[in-house]
Amino acid sequence: MATTGKVVGIISNLVVVKVNGPVSQNEICYIDHEAVKLMAEVIRIGSENAYIQVFESTRGLKTGTPVEFTGHMLEAILGPGILSKNFDGLQHDLDKMEGVFLQKGDYTHPLEVDKNWSFKPLAKVGDEVETGSWLGEVTENWIAHKIMVPFTSKGDFKVTKIVASGDYKIEDTIAVLEDAEGNNHPVSMIQKWPVKVPIKTYKNKPRPAKFLETGIRVIDSFTPIVEGGTGFIPGPFGTGKTVLQHALSKQADADMIVVAACGERANEVVEIFAEFPELDDPRTGRKLMERTTIIANTSNMPVAAREASVYTAMTIAEYYRSMGLKILLLADSTSRWAQALREMSNRMEELPGPDAFPMDLPAIISNFYSRAGFVNLKNGETGSVTFIGTVSPAGGNLKEPVTEATKKAARCFYALSQNRADSKRYPAIDAVESYSKYLEYPEYIDYVSKAISPNWVDNILQARNSLVRGRETYEQINILGDDGVPIEYHEIFWKSEVIDFVILQQDAFDKIDASTPINRQQYMLEKVLTINNTRFNFEHFEEVNPYFKKIINVLKQMNYSEFESEQFKKFEKELEEIINEKAVVETEQL
Amino acid sequence: METTAFQKIHTKIDQITKATCSLHATGVGNEEMALVNDRLAQVVKIEGDLVTLQVFSGTEGIPTNAEVVFLGHAPQLAVSDELAGRFFNAYGQPIDGGPEVDGKLIEIGGPSVNPVRRKQPSELIATGIAGIDLNNTLVTGQKIPFFADPDQPYNQVMAMVALRAKADKIILGGMGITNDDYLFFKNLFENAGAIDRIISFVNTTENPPVERLLVPDMALSAAEYFAVEKNQNVLVLLTDMTLYADALSIVSNRMDQIPSKDSMPGSLYSDLAKLYEKAVQFPDGGSITIIAVTTLSGGDITHAIPDNTGYITEGQLFLRKETDIGKVIIDPFRSLSRLKQLVIGKKTREDHPQVMNAAIRLYADAANAKTKIENGFDLTDYDKRTMSFAKDYANELLAIDINIEIDTMIDTAWRLFDKYFSPAETGIKAELVEKYGKQIV
Ligand SMILES: Nc1ncnc2c1ncn2[C@@H]1O[C@H](COP(=O)(O)OP(=O)(O)O)[C@@H](O)[C@H]1O
Ligand SMILES: [Mg+2]
Repeated sequence: MATTGKVVGIISNLVVVKVNGPVSQNEICYIDHEAVKLMAEVIRIGSENAYIQVFESTRGLKTGTPVEFTGHMLEAILGPGILSKNFDGLQHDLDKMEGVFLQKGDYTHPLEVDKNWSFKPLAKVGDEVETGSWLGEVTENWIAHKIMVPFTSKGDFKVTKIVASGDYKIEDTIAVLEDAEGNNHPVSMIQKWPVKVPIKTYKNKPRPAKFLETGIRVIDSFTPIVEGGTGFIPGPFGTGKTVLQHALSKQADADMIVVAACGERANEVVEIFAEFPELDDPRTGRKLMERTTIIANTSNMPVAAREASVYTAMTIAEYYRSMGLKILLLADSTSRWAQALREMSNRMEELPGPDAFPMDLPAIISNFYSRAGFVNLKNGETGSVTFIGTVSPAGGNLKEPVTEATKKAARCFYALSQNRADSKRYPAIDAVESYSKYLEYPEYIDYVSKAISPNWVDNILQARNSLVRGRETYEQINILGDDGVPIEYHEIFWKSEVIDFVILQQDAFDKIDASTPINRQQYMLEKVLTINNTRFNFEHFEEVNPYFKKIINVLKQMNYSEFESEQFKKFEKELEEIINEKAVVETEQL
Repeated sequence: METTAFQKIHTKIDQITKATCSLHATGVGNEEMALVNDRLAQVVKIEGDLVTLQVFSGTEGIPTNAEVVFLGHAPQLAVSDELAGRFFNAYGQPIDGGPEVDGKLIEIGGPSVNPVRRKQPSELIATGIAGIDLNNTLVTGQKIPFFADPDQPYNQVMAMVALRAKADKIILGGMGITNDDYLFFKNLFENAGAIDRIISFVNTTENPPVERLLVPDMALSAAEYFAVEKNQNVLVLLTDMTLYADALSIVSNRMDQIPSKDSMPGSLYSDLAKLYEKAVQFPDGGSITIIAVTTLSGGDITHAIPDNTGYITEGQLFLRKETDIGKVIIDPFRSLSRLKQLVIGKKTREDHPQVMNAAIRLYADAANAKTKIENGFDLTDYDKRTMSFAKDYANELLAIDINIEIDTMIDTAWRLFDKYFSPAETGIKAELVEKYGKQIV
């Protein structure tokens, strides 16, 4: 018999329940409040009381209200139909809910129970299978959605029955598996999985090394992300975290994008709802929404579900990874999830860690990041979950617990700079402070020297070096004055400005500039490095600024033009003429 | 608020702190309202049958045998067309001498809008102020605060914006404002002939600070009524949200909660977000736009209140005195409207985005030139041009006393570019210079 209980205490959304039987940590329960059931999760257990966090407002709740426990943890329902969906943090389908306002206890099914899917078997009777093996597939939008042996299955099975090709509903039995003891297990097209547990049906998880193209120059060129890699974007408000994540979700070279809007603005999700069904996915020519799933738990939605939302999103990403797909998971903002943990921890009067966050915050963050990764599946295919989260540091100060813990967990660091944002140098990623550990992986260097160009990494390092030198010289000029330094200092500084304006800065709202394919990035980088390696003749420092402004202006016009179009070539010619005006004839090799 | 016959009266309070009192009672709902010797209070905690009430006006003079009556509902407001033109206190009781409002009783602080039912904001709000319309364009359904030091004329600017905004209703939520400011708003709205479009909920410095906590929800619930039921465009003014947050910290402090940064409660982000996220464009045409005031201390935006606000709102308008011209301007560096890209270059001329950015970049160059002067260095010719540009730009476009059409703002910027710079120095797309820049010259 299921455990039940009664409410004995209420502090905001922390509710104390006196129970009459066994309960487990993280078990889901429902409070029977005025004809609606309020979902909640056990977060601490005392001798006779369970402490539960309610995923709803507890307004009007009274002591004595009955509570039913379910015997399971928070689960995601996994099966065809997840793509293009808009879920809340607990995977309820937002589109199925009635009315303009969210109503307490309106829990909708994440999938379509009555929809027919055209199933094609991949396994046959007699096949030996195990957890995660592909039994068949259905076409979901454009993805071959694999129907797998449930992830909760343990041991070896034999397929004793599998249905023929045809239309089936998600709850229909499509196969029967026999375990070692001879017991039969019917399998349908859906399965449930507890979101806080990683899905590990793969063979192994090698170091990721395959370049993942995003079309964002400062990322692809300077701080690359890889398939199965991890990265985080800390930055004060208004420095461009969300715009950057939206650009990634539109442009990144992935089969599927999972967006977790975690405790941020509703209008930012509305932007995706409005745009993605209209925008084309350049890789497939289909609409962007067809490869996207959104988990929206915005800041005005229940705080406790915020934490759940990132786990729900990760579980969905891992599920699709097991089908051999390339998933990009984006979470904006992981700080809101940490704050939700802090609110509960404070209500439970736990001993606080730094800034009143829970003591185990670093462990929670690193466990989460470790679920990303590139995997070899047991059938020889590969899949990946690339994860990029934003962090919203209090007061913009990077020495705070969430940023520090995340820095230890993520391999790419995209530092957004307030100064750059203030001077509208977007994206405001500080290319000198930021890093990608993958740039140091020999596997990565090897991969890009074949996939992009043999001297790609050298070029990057050279450009980066120029930025560093530019910054140092700028400080010198500021200390000593324009005429207190040699003319070359101005030249060095302005050469770094060329890289800044032409490569680093990118207009996310311009049709052409917003996304730059890697071949174009390579072309422009070579161009800029040539300028960087050219010596120029200046008589006076006052000539340097206007001259380079001219160069920058023409290069920017190139960025705004269709690659290799007439217009592009016209500006390119103009650029050559400007360079020839002042170039010292021989080109110096650095 | 009257008690009815069947309500049980409790007369034994167990514990009294500065802000709360606790007593044994059963059948009480979380967040339910109560009267403690006729003072309004709300349930904030239930442990077994021990119920803790937050007494809004404080517990001074409350005896242990005070009469406690539970009202059986969360805070409410009576809504109907009769709200228009009226002034209320934080509890929604009239303070203008008029009668109680006859209307439907709704609980304030109600549920959130389902994000998939929201419409994307798309209607530009013209204010005539170039620091807003040109650089930080506002859109209906947006939420945005003024960030200002206490000596800036933020209430005046906000009121001016509100009156020019062509909203169907303007709802003022005043928190800890001085009586003088209250009278300022009252007179201004009356003189503008706008009084029947205005509804005010006011907590002045003369009222207990904790009462303020009800003001934003009162204002926003009234706003939801007009936006949802009457499909109106409602503008909500909240001033001063810093004093609202201060009241939150008073309460959490008195309830012995662990404070996080700047003595603010750890839930500050969620508390503020729940209010600001009431800004919305509804599918049937109604909308709620929130313009707030967050006063700063010495311009410090890293303090927890402006910091959390900035993470929640869709930008901020930063008021600053520009000493070069002796006027208050909307600072183009620290100000931002995150929704501007939904309208600029779309509802306004296509050259708007680039002209705006170019002007701000040149203004930033002028700031660098100023630093050079401060460090005792000579200026280059370019530096001098940027400085002259900056002065004209501040005078003709950034100052808050401007009232012109958006096209005129863009043309003014082109005129200043032409006066001081070559097209290359502005870095604007060649085709736009061709199409718009030349015509001005
Ligand atoms: N790449 C970009 N190009 C142009 N404008 C940008 C870019 N990134 C950010 N912005 C501007 O900055 C504003 C804030 O960006 P946003 O991503 O919402 O910041 P955050 O999420 O860090 O608070 C945007 O509304 C936009 O005006
Ligand atoms: Mg953001």
